[in-house]
Amino acid sequence: MNPARNPAPRALATPLVHLASEPYYHATGDELEVFAAAANSRLPVMLKGPTGCGKTRFVEHMAWRLKRPLVTVACHDDLTTADLVGRYLIVGDETVWMDGPLTAAVRAGAICYLDEIVEARKDTTVVIHPLTDSRRALPVEKRGEYIEAPPDFMLVISYNPGYQSVLKEMKPSTRQRFVALDFDYPEAETEARIVAHEGGVDDETAKRLVKLGGLTRKLKGAGLDEGAGTRLLVHAAQLIASGMSPAIACTAAIARPLADETDTRDALDDLIRAVF
Amino acid sequence: MSERKLFAHELEARLDELLLLSLRQRSAAEPAALLEALPRQLQERVLHWAGVAAQTSDDLGWLIASRAAEQAASLGGRLDDWARAGLDAYDRSGLAATRRALNDFAAAHQAGVFESQEGVAFGAIEGRLSRFLHALEGRPLKLVSGPKAWTDSETLWLPERIDAAPDAAGNRRLYKAIAALLWAQTRFGTFNVDPEPELAQWPAPEAALRWFALFEAMRLEACLARELPGLAADIAGLRGPWPAQLASTAAALAQAAATAADSLACLAELRRVGAGETPNFPHVGALDPLAARRVRAVRIARDTATLRQALNLLRAVDPSAGGQDHPDYPPLAAEGQTQHVDPQAEFLALPPPAREAARSLQQDLGEIPPEVLQAAGPGAWQPVDGVDSSAAVGVTTQPDAFYDEWDYRRAAWRHGWCHLYEMRAPVGDHAWVDEVRRRHAHLIRSIRRRFEALRGEDKPQRRQFDGEEIDLDAQVEARADRKSGTEPSPRLFIHRRRIERSLAVMFMVDMSGSTKVWVNDAERESLVLLCEAIEALGDSYAIYGFSGWTRTHCDIYPVKRFSDRYDAATRSRIAGIEARDYTRMGVAVRHLSGLLARQNTRHKLLVTLSDGRPDDYGDEYRGRYGIEDTRRALLEAREKGIRSYCVTIDRHGADYLPQLYGPAHYAVIDDARKLPQKIAEIYRKLTG
Repeated sequence: MNPARNPAPRALATPLVHLASEPYYHATGDELEVFAAAANSRLPVMLKGPTGCGKTRFVEHMAWRLKRPLVTVACHDDLTTADLVGRYLIVGDETVWMDGPLTAAVRAGAICYLDEIVEARKDTTVVIHPLTDSRRALPVEKRGEYIEAPPDFMLVISYNPGYQSVLKEMKPSTRQRFVALDFDYPEAETEARIVAHEGGVDDETAKRLVKLGGLTRKLKGAGLDEGAGTRLLVHAAQLIASGMSPAIACTAAIARPLADETDTRDALDDLIRAVF
Repeated sequence: MSERKLFAHELEARLDELLLLSLRQRSAAEPAALLEALPRQLQERVLHWAGVAAQTSDDLGWLIASRAAEQAASLGGRLDDWARAGLDAYDRSGLAATRRALNDFAAAHQAGVFESQEGVAFGAIEGRLSRFLHALEGRPLKLVSGPKAWTDSETLWLPERIDAAPDAAGNRRLYKAIAALLWAQTRFGTFNVDPEPELAQWPAPEAALRWFALFEAMRLEACLARELPGLAADIAGLRGPWPAQLASTAAALAQAAATAADSLACLAELRRVGAGETPNFPHVGALDPLAARRVRAVRIARDTATLRQALNLLRAVDPSAGGQDHPDYPPLAAEGQTQHVDPQAEFLALPPPAREAARSLQQDLGEIPPEVLQAAGPGAWQPVDGVDSSAAVGVTTQPDAFYDEWDYRRAAWRHGWCHLYEMRAPVGDHAWVDEVRRRHAHLIRSIRRRFEALRGEDKPQRRQFDGEEIDLDAQVEARADRKSGTEPSPRLFIHRRRIERSLAVMFMVDMSGSTKVWVNDAERESLVLLCEAIEALGDSYAIYGFSGWTRTHCDIYPVKRFSDRYDAATRSRIAGIEARDYTRMGVAVRHLSGLLARQNTRHKLLVTLSDGRPDDYGDEYRGRYGIEDTRRALLEAREKGIRSYCVTIDRHGADYLPQLYGPAHYAVIDDARKLPQKIAEIYRKLTG
């Protein structure tokens, strides 16, 4: 096949990300050790925690630390098995097999990170089963291929137990295949350091942002489904760093994304005003 | 609605219908004659409020209707606030108080107190303020309206209405400032000193108290400035600069080390130099240290007992912590939290209620007194066994079932402990449901629309053997397969069909006595809206009420069984839901989850609508026992594949609900009246 004549598959190929520089991550417990040990023992890992508390960043950091390529898949409710494993495409008058992200990761011995796995269709979670037990293999039915995973391949999934839908619970048969790590918002001091570093703001501003984040988290269940995650705080910090006034930045990056309801929105505005 | 005024005979007929006057031998002729003169819009408002009030009680309806007839003309646009004030007073203290509240309101209105349109009513800002306070650190405070602004360190009273600033925004800011400073009183130790000896030396203690409140406001504003600088700046902007003679005092009290004792010292100093006219600052609430310190003392005693009890249990379980052996007290229910030696780790190991108590003590006393931390003798905590009054209640018929109950103190079951009766659900007024459906017609329409979308009727299923449309992706793949020599899949079509949700939901409705009046109305209204919503969705659902009076009288009222349709009979049973006795929850959860488990669906969901924690007559079930038993029952349900969720209007629910239902499986509605609007949304989120 002439790649110049058929550029399409190339553009669609799964990008294997080799992280050259260290992604910033601040450890809050023994997650680095546990993850490294799981990687060493070739066990799959599950990350649990609220939105925006650093799960994705942690995986990036570990990929860099373990010097393995990383494949990230954001799961959504239309994600099919073929989207993960791969499919045939027609290019010109020929058929070309295109590895899906999961297959590509298995072949390359990469870390495959399935973000928000509960969002994916139920049948897709089944294809990962053989990869998560002693078989450590991926059957590719379409091609009649059975790919044994190299030692460096590692499967990581994440999910947010805060989701309230009963229809989006993970089955025990899936859960029980993973080493699990609980994530939560970091301690105030640590979080302030993270916000200052990532958002490019001074320590005082970072501290106030973290204070605001803490206040919104107390509203969980009393107006909010979830308080502001570290990510939202970093977003606000970035807006502030680009020259916006703190109040406007926080309203835009924190209050508005969190709430639609008038009372809660007004209360969030009051909190922002109170902190800045 | 036509703009034509209603004539007296029409008004009379409407009132008669709303209030069932003919049955009570009252005549609406007189109020109707008075109402005839009003514009149509105002007439409708009066009828509306009469109807709302009549749902609570006929007498209340009559009172509102007859008084409104006299006062509506002068009240004008304030009629709604007037009626709300009346209903509020009824909820608190009954009919006589309502009459007084209505008259007071009308008199105040006449006197021109409420002239400005820019004034802000408590009701309009309550939701926003309560969330704001909830987010701040420290013990949760209950927010209510009252004649003056003050706090007893657990409840925060704010004025009914503020109309001091020229614009509404300013009045809202003033509300916030008052509330924040009162919150700060509880947070920064205003009640940690006893001002009585100083106050006693003043000729006019009331004036002294107002000075003390002012000094504290100066100190607390500075405390706020350290944690919430924006809020402090807001307050400073409201009050303007301190008068010159007070500026130095304010500066001294603004120091980080200043405490309530320093404010008291300022007060003593003032007594020596002689106080002039007490300056009046609208943002400074009143102080009642006597009442607050009483509440505080009770709380400290309670928190100390809770904490000591938890620590004793902890040490009993873990001998390394230096306590003595307590074979009677089993490990705490909180899992995996028993390994600890040093006091710091020990606090982390405490169950949430004890940790809450520790935090509360720290807030009250600045630290946890060492005597609490020392291992107390075995007599430090006496379990109080509830009085078993079961013998007092005569049992006439055989119970429908017996259920075991979990006794956490014994760490054992009490076998066949609860006697469950399936009662016949009382039948209520069918017209009430029609009225609710009429009143919420718009809401119901929008809920139905949204829920029909959720039904997924039109969800296309790809890669089917046959269907209405060609699946292009599948076609391309098949062609590719054929080219590459593998066998192409014959599944080439898109079929649109309804996806089976396969969900059964059981609604467990709290019918305890505490749900009277608003809550009960809100509960029933919510159920009507829920039924409308779920009918659109096609899920299988049932509604059961529960109530009880001791373990020998646990009653279950089937309002709608899974097999019942949502018809007129079911609707009248919803209307018939009424407040009864107590909330023995564990047995209800066990019985209803048993019924739910028999449903042949993939997902099963148990939703509790309640207004508070588990409770029953006598001391036994109240508190920890009830919570542990309910938790146990919910765990059992979980083992049967049933998920539970709780919707409550108990603002303090956040204390114990995470323990019962798990962190994400409950919702707290801060105002019962909002329940009907919110319930459908909660259900949609829960099952979407």
